Amino acid sequence: MTADTTPKARAPAEAGARRRSHPIAWLIWTRTALGVVTLFVVSILIFAATQLLPGNAATAVLGHNASASAVHTLELRLGLNKPALTQYWDWLSGVLRGRLGTSLANGQPVWTLVGPRLLNSLVLVALAGLIGTVLGVGLGMFAAIRRDKPADHALSVSTLAVTSLPEFVVAIFLVILFSTVLWHILPGVSPLESTSGAIEPWQDPTELVLPVAALVIVIVPYIFRMMRAATIEALESDYVEMARLNGLSPVRVLLRHALPNAIAPTIQVIGLNFLYLAGGIVLVEFVFDYPGIGQGLVNAVSDRDIPQIQFIVLVLAAFYVVMNIVTDVISLLATPRRRVAR
Amino acid sequence: MAAPPAQRAAGPRVRRREWLHVLAAAARTPRGITGAGLALLVVLVAAIGPFVAPHPPLAFVTVPGSGPSSKFPLGSDILGRDVLSRVLDGGWQLLLMAAAAMLIGVVLGTAAGIAAAQLRGWRDGLIMRTVDVVLAFPQLVFALLLVSILGPERWLLVIAVGFSHVPQVARVIRAAALDVSERDFVKAVEITGVRQSKLMSGEILPNLLTPLMVEAGLRLTYSIVIMTGLSFIGFGLQPPSPNWGYMINENRIILTTNPWAVVAPALLIAVLTVGLNTFTDAIARVALGIERGEKLIVEAAVTGAVTDIEIPA
Repeated sequence: MTADTTPKARAPAEAGARRRSHPIAWLIWTRTALGVVTLFVVSILIFAATQLLPGNAATAVLGHNASASAVHTLELRLGLNKPALTQYWDWLSGVLRGRLGTSLANGQPVWTLVGPRLLNSLVLVALAGLIGTVLGVGLGMFAAIRRDKPADHALSVSTLAVTSLPEFVVAIFLVILFSTVLWHILPGVSPLESTSGAIEPWQDPTELVLPVAALVIVIVPYIFRMMRAATIEALESDYVEMARLNGLSPVRVLLRHALPNAIAPTIQVIGLNFLYLAGGIVLVEFVFDYPGIGQGLVNAVSDRDIPQIQFIVLVLAAFYVVMNIVTDVISLLATPRRRVAR
Repeated sequence: MAAPPAQRAAGPRVRRREWLHVLAAAARTPRGITGAGLALLVVLVAAIGPFVAPHPPLAFVTVPGSGPSSKFPLGSDILGRDVLSRVLDGGWQLLLMAAAAMLIGVVLGTAAGIAAAQLRGWRDGLIMRTVDVVLAFPQLVFALLLVSILGPERWLLVIAVGFSHVPQVARVIRAAALDVSERDFVKAVEITGVRQSKLMSGEILPNLLTPLMVEAGLRLTYSIVIMTGLSFIGFGLQPPSPNWGYMINENRIILTTNPWAVVAPALLIAVLTVGLNTFTDAIARVALGIERGEKLIVEAAVTGAVTDIEIPA
């Protein structure tokens, strides 16, 4: 793996592979292999980290006042007396076979607890990501066409002003504006059974509005700024000038000639923003009491519920690896001159 | 061969002024002056605040959750403590810790990034694959796990947040250092057979001024974001001593009776991060020009995957 990644070794290997297979297939292969290795190392790190949590799992469950014999019995049941390597192997092979263990906090299977949360978070991330992408790309193109006009200035200044605002501060301001102090038009918390996750948030879509809005506000500025800069760059290029001189309509010039070249760098930023969302949901779910994996992680860390922490962090890391591959493939597809096979 | 040593002797002094020049030029732009003004305002509140607070920040002085009055201009918090005094006292620790975490992240990340770019080969691969692994954790989750392992001590919190910056900084600095290490003057010095460590610190590092300044600004902003975020969910600075992050959380329940207990700390965090970010933006635009500065900022900010950085020679 290491030999493959050095610049010198990579060039001939890639050149050889290009001759054999389509570049996209090759990219998917190498990235997937690298992703599996990354996830493997991540799993070791997660396991090692949870081993280092102060107090072992048995005392975490029983409390510090538990008798030594009770702690010992539970240690035997949880396999804590085995060597760390054996424990790691038991955990990893369990996860790979879909056996995630049981929660230390309430004895329920981890999947029963985390599964519904996973779906809830996925809804949040997908909605925020889609809306943020459409808004960011659309506004970015609009501002680029209106470059240096009042609309562009207004958009640029307002996105600059919200860039890097902490997501929980945005969320709190939304709660103040729309659900408590000024108006009472939207629910500020999801009044759901957050532990069982029995009720899905989309049954009452108004509960999704503010969490999604908070995440959208945080990701739009980056997509907007990238799209605006890339569109301006494309509009100033020779081939767009050429298309214009050929008498094509401005709309056609923009959509057929400028957009395809402006979208490629933006796709990277969009992908990276989906990755950001994986971390962003933690605080936003906490603010809105939204029953997703972010809130689940905070609860699990408070309870020292090691099986839940391990699984949720592993899911977040896997999301990162998969999203990275997807982003690379899409941006390769969107860059015509890199797409040619052979 | 006489030229490089002479150049080096004159170099550092000029370069030391150079970053001040960039700062001054950035501060003269509309963005720069706005950003610096906003950030300095909050820094002043945090620095002078503890000395001018009208009440002790931990004292229970009035009815919990009461609104503003002449004696308590921002009302009282959930336990009946003076909100104004707690806001004035709740920033200095956060700011000092965020600055320290930024320093740790930028120093370690720069060292790793330059080493990866200059040493190449398997060491580059090793450093960057390690960075990839750490990046697979969302930054807040990484810091959260570290804090919960290390414990809630303040200096451990600084280390956890500082470490969480290292991968991003390393990626940006590596991209920039790769560009510099291909330049003729670096190659020329390399031929004279100086040690790699001297080459990295003497020739490459001084030429990374722009990305370093941008990184410092960005990581300071994100240190504050993560530090307050961790405190907000109860894993950062511990109560009862006030801090802006936890204040927002503990007073959420009394939003309807005294919103100021939440609005005041949230506004201070918002103004500070916006100010710092706007000033960093001004630095990048002054140093690289508007379009490329914008690109560097966005790419460095999101995960440090900088595509084509070009350091002005």
